Amino acid sequence: MATVDIRDVRKSFGSTKILHGVSVGIEDGQFVVLVGPSGCGKSTLLRMLAGLENITGGEIAIGGRVVNNVPPKDRDIAMVFQNYALYPHMTVFQNMAFSMKLAGAPAEVMEREVQKAAKVLGLEMLLHRFPRQLSGGQRQRVAMGRAIVRNPQVFLFDEPLSNLDAKLRVQMRSEIRELHQRLKVTTVYVTHDQIEAMTMADLIVVMNHGRIEQAGAPLELYDRPANTFVAGFIGSPAMNMLEGRIENGAFIGAGEAAWPLPPGAPSSGEVIYGIRPEHFRLDPDGLEAVVHVVEPTGSETQVVMHIGGAHVLGAFRERVASRHGEVLRISPDPELIHLFDKATGQRI
Amino acid sequence: MSDVTAERWVRRSQDQNWVTRLLDWKPFLVVMCLLPAVGILTIFLTYPLGLGIWLAFTDTTIGRSGVWVGLENFEYMMEDPIFWNAVFFSVFYTGIATIAKFGLGLWLALLLNNHLPFKSFLRAIILLPWIVPTVLTAIAFWWIYNPQFSIISWVFIELGLRTTNIDFINTAWPARWSLIGANVWRGIPFVAISLLAGLQTISPSLYEAALLDGSTGWQRFRYITFPMLLPILAIVMTFSIIFTFTDFQLVYAITRGGPVNSTQLLATLAFQRGISGGQLGEGAAIAVAMLPFLIFATLFSYFALARRKWQQGESND
Repeated sequence: MATVDIRDVRKSFGSTKILHGVSVGIEDGQFVVLVGPSGCGKSTLLRMLAGLENITGGEIAIGGRVVNNVPPKDRDIAMVFQNYALYPHMTVFQNMAFSMKLAGAPAEVMEREVQKAAKVLGLEMLLHRFPRQLSGGQRQRVAMGRAIVRNPQVFLFDEPLSNLDAKLRVQMRSEIRELHQRLKVTTVYVTHDQIEAMTMADLIVVMNHGRIEQAGAPLELYDRPANTFVAGFIGSPAMNMLEGRIENGAFIGAGEAAWPLPPGAPSSGEVIYGIRPEHFRLDPDGLEAVVHVVEPTGSETQVVMHIGGAHVLGAFRERVASRHGEVLRISPDPELIHLFDKATGQRI
Repeated sequence: MSDVTAERWVRRSQDQNWVTRLLDWKPFLVVMCLLPAVGILTIFLTYPLGLGIWLAFTDTTIGRSGVWVGLENFEYMMEDPIFWNAVFFSVFYTGIATIAKFGLGLWLALLLNNHLPFKSFLRAIILLPWIVPTVLTAIAFWWIYNPQFSIISWVFIELGLRTTNIDFINTAWPARWSLIGANVWRGIPFVAISLLAGLQTISPSLYEAALLDGSTGWQRFRYITFPMLLPILAIVMTFSIIFTFTDFQLVYAITRGGPVNSTQLLATLAFQRGISGGQLGEGAAIAVAMLPFLIFATLFSYFALARRKWQQGESND
């Protein structure tokens, strides 16, 4: 177990800059999720941690030791790849024992360690199968087993669940989380799925275009997104963002609709008004919203509405029975409104 | 209104004439579809092979159809030192050339699999020896090995390493090694490109995983590259052995089996006896004698190519 310090790390391939100075401090035993859209540099950062990509600038330290020039095998890390990268010509046992075999470990040690990891993951019955004879979830477990056997200081996961179907993904998500709680090994996990990030992480690092947009605990990101990118990325369905201005103590959006402001809002200026769909409520004195589409999901009802011509999505606990063209009256919860500077996109 | 029309519409039963019924009959269709392929194979493959085997049991010469003589040709062959010499050289030639081709070809494939500048250009260049017609290769090597005009001899003399020309093809052993050299030069591209194709099917993430598992370069080759290349290696090797064992053009064009039959392969000896010498029966018998070797090579491929256990199952990796 170890801390991981990423200090002003930069990466460029030729003249293309992938990472522009990224800094993250990861505490011992923390589960950190790097999340962002594809091409944001999250996988590159993970591969730099693993030593599969060299570091153009800055420093990476694992357990206090700077590893910029330490080869991958000496970094004391283990990685689970997106496609699992199981050796197809080796059995599950051989796959898991491979690192020990390379290190020249005696047969009893290999047997003992592999059995131990197999027990943790429920792979005892599969040790003599080849990867092709396994299901997706089993392969995923073998890949984790191979990492566990090495008893590393840090686990790295590179989008490990993206090849699984939705149901299995949810199951493996909690298995990985449970494994982390049991082993308490520092973990860095890369994903593009914000739900995975929200449900698994102790610390979420939201990345975009090679920069960190915000780092924090999942609910902190949800409650206080630092900018419009994080606001739009975290949370599902995504936050409504309306452009407009503040005037006479109200937000004036499209069609001159006047929206309530949160306490402590500035008295004027061009802003982006953010409100999550789940933070609307039905209110006879509220804004007039023309219903466009109603999507009942059972637990809630999502309604696409036009308020002053702007598209707004609302999610209601109530079963809204309105039809297309009808008018609903709704109002946002003033405590849960986010205001962002229109020019910079930063939270006000 | 439209509903009513739809209800009234009835599919007209089609009167089937005998041609339609015949074409709908599966056994007939199978035979019809197979016929062209079977015909071509019969005319161009089975017939010549059968005729060759038949000729081996007759005393046919050019211009005179022979009579059945049973195993006489083979009995004569067994006591013929030139035949045994050709058997020895065919096996030796195939063995040494295959080892050299695979050693160098694999090395070249591994080199080309790296990120090199002008990679695709280099790959194209590598294929050249294989694209050039064999006879052109043979003529080029005939010049390279020429007792008087050999460029190799010239270079050595100019460098002051030798005072006389090298004797490449006028004594038995140098001639044998020279021919093997030419065959290797010609055969490397096939091996290198085929193995390169095999190498490229190996996922780079396997190497990354092995790197994290603490492997050295040699261990990655030993435990990842080689085992994963084995299936394709077996196919390519089978083909290479068959091509080399039945080689004719290079030897015939460079040495014609000489000096004193020391570089006769079974193919060149069969040609010499059967066509140049006119003893079709005897030539055919020599050619038929190659069959056991070729059948062995094919069986080798059959068993080596049988899917390995780890290749079975789904491939959605």
